[in-house]
Amino acid sequence: MTDTTAHAAADEPDAGALLDIYKRAATIVLTDEKLRAVIRSGRLSTPYYSPRGQEIISAAMAVNLRKDDYVVTIYRGMHDHLAKGVPLKDLWAEYAGKAAGSCKGKGGPMHITHPDVGVLVTTGIVGSGLPIANGLAWASKIRQEDRVTVTNFGDGASNIGAFHESLNMASLWKLPVIFLCQNNRYAEHTRYDKGTSIERISDRAVSYSMPGVTVNGNDAIEMWRAARDAVARARAGEGPTLIEANTFRFHGHHMGDSGEYMAKGELEAAMIRDPFVALRQLIVARGAASDADLTAMEDALRTEIDEAAAYAFAAKYPEPEEALEDVYASAVS
Amino acid sequence: MIKVTAAEAARMAIEEAMAADPTVIALGEEVADPEGGGIRKVTKGLSTRFGADRVKSTPISEQAIMGAAVGAAIAGMRPVAEIMLMNFMTLALDQLVNHAAKIRYMSGGATSVPLTVRTMTGAGRSLGGQHSDMVEAWLAHTPGLKVVVPSTPADYKGLLYSCIFDDDPCVFVENSIHLSARGDVPVGLHAIPLGKAHIVRPGADVTIISYGRPMDDVKKVAESLGEEGISVEVIDLRTISPLDEAAILNSVAKTKRAVIVHEAVRSFGVGAEIAARIHEHLFGELAAPVQRLGMPYTPVPFSSALEKTILWSPEKITAAIRKTLG
Repeated sequence: MTDTTAHAAADEPDAGALLDIYKRAATIVLTDEKLRAVIRSGRLSTPYYSPRGQEIISAAMAVNLRKDDYVVTIYRGMHDHLAKGVPLKDLWAEYAGKAAGSCKGKGGPMHITHPDVGVLVTTGIVGSGLPIANGLAWASKIRQEDRVTVTNFGDGASNIGAFHESLNMASLWKLPVIFLCQNNRYAEHTRYDKGTSIERISDRAVSYSMPGVTVNGNDAIEMWRAARDAVARARAGEGPTLIEANTFRFHGHHMGDSGEYMAKGELEAAMIRDPFVALRQLIVARGAASDADLTAMEDALRTEIDEAAAYAFAAKYPEPEEALEDVYASAVS
Repeated sequence: MIKVTAAEAARMAIEEAMAADPTVIALGEEVADPEGGGIRKVTKGLSTRFGADRVKSTPISEQAIMGAAVGAAIAGMRPVAEIMLMNFMTLALDQLVNHAAKIRYMSGGATSVPLTVRTMTGAGRSLGGQHSDMVEAWLAHTPGLKVVVPSTPADYKGLLYSCIFDDDPCVFVENSIHLSARGDVPVGLHAIPLGKAHIVRPGADVTIISYGRPMDDVKKVAESLGEEGISVEVIDLRTISPLDEAAILNSVAKTKRAVIVHEAVRSFGVGAEIAARIHEHLFGELAAPVQRLGMPYTPVPFSSALEKTILWSPEKITAAIRKTLG
């Protein structure tokens, strides 16, 4: 219903916020690079849905959130996890199926959970995070906390019944929740227009009497602004927002995706407009940091990621008995 | 003790839980007072007493109801969700089976889902194929869920109260005929442990294992056979999962004979699981093969004439018992 294009040019993140977004995005990009390398080499066997290309969305949202705000995400969620602050070692150890992982090796990449930083649910079922986010937000509302819940999902999820049930309920109950649709143009291997009957997913917000905005999720400033407005609205108790952040995934649906379902040149065109590179250029052009500063930041992150990976590979697997733990909270005869 | 219906007993459990603990909340279709306090009035008065934020009527959106309950539970609340009919659980199974049941395990214990789902079902009222099914076996087949089926008004109160304060997701299956049945219910705190069967009547000759509405007839048959000199031990499971295997095996080790009676379809049912466990542990000691009584492999028909033929009856229960006695 509203449009962000009317915002004044001064209405932008300051240099500190831009650098914060860049650091989070760099953590995601470099982790993705390393993960794909170790999976390709056979050193790590894990389902992995690369979020590369979508990192600006998570990073620009995360800098608008508090540590105690809740995030719900999906199997393509590594960017959301790292942006919100899941420690690299906990993430890597979980990917490796080790006891030291964030879920003791029992969840894996599709179910990363880290309550300390507000990452409460990661689901492998398309669209299922939205109803849960409502419940998290309802709990905050009952307790009169000003906590915000963000639920991330793809364009495909907007065709699931749960999307519609959830937006309706969130609007009726005026819940402090943000529905963040990362529209990467493909639902698994189905092109957007073949699976979705509406041009802009944000227009679906009209049916549920909530603001809906479409932004270029690959533009840090545009995305930051949309995130800030939605967070402010939720925090003030004014209710939910649907954000459609347009983007593109660089590595298909899953590792080894041949991409045969994509039009020729479509992926290459998206990669030329690499959102991470674009942010770097913006930061340098504005004098917020120099190329050398950013390279130094990346070098430090690369060391940290290498250490996290080494830690994960060296860590112990869970003991066999662990397979039977945590099924129930209270003992079962 | 006061004499009230099972519906009233369930209401007492929720009301006392809500009064005791501010994290107990309720949601479901029409559960708040402006919408009638639930189709069977189990939540009547609660939104008025505890406020509209804690007791919320929902749209007809089973996925959203179950999902909101899952989310609230993860955030530290104790939601009591009503899914109006057990057949409507099909619409919420993603949230129940993929999320509520598994989130504790998949997070390595970092989060848990202390939610209670109340639902209602039961054949015998000519409600046809989509409003009558007992599908407790589906749910019991899902690790992480607890499945509870009460059989008396007192148990409605005591078991529901325990479900609400249990730290795992519990499905509490109410029976649409039983909800109107009256019985003595304790006043004040009444909590019955989950996972423990109830030896309703001790006996020496044969063990009969049942739960839910068939318990009424099971008890009557046990009494009338007792007058004939046949001593029937009656076990009310109360909780389907986790199953109180020890109570079953202890009893059957003593009587050497077992009959299982449930309303649900016999094939692949709870009775099959119990029979298998008895055979695994007591095969050499049994005096007769275990008997199972359940619905034939068919949907529930509408006509009362047909519906009667597929359900248990005192005659069928008696015949099954006599079969084990040779």
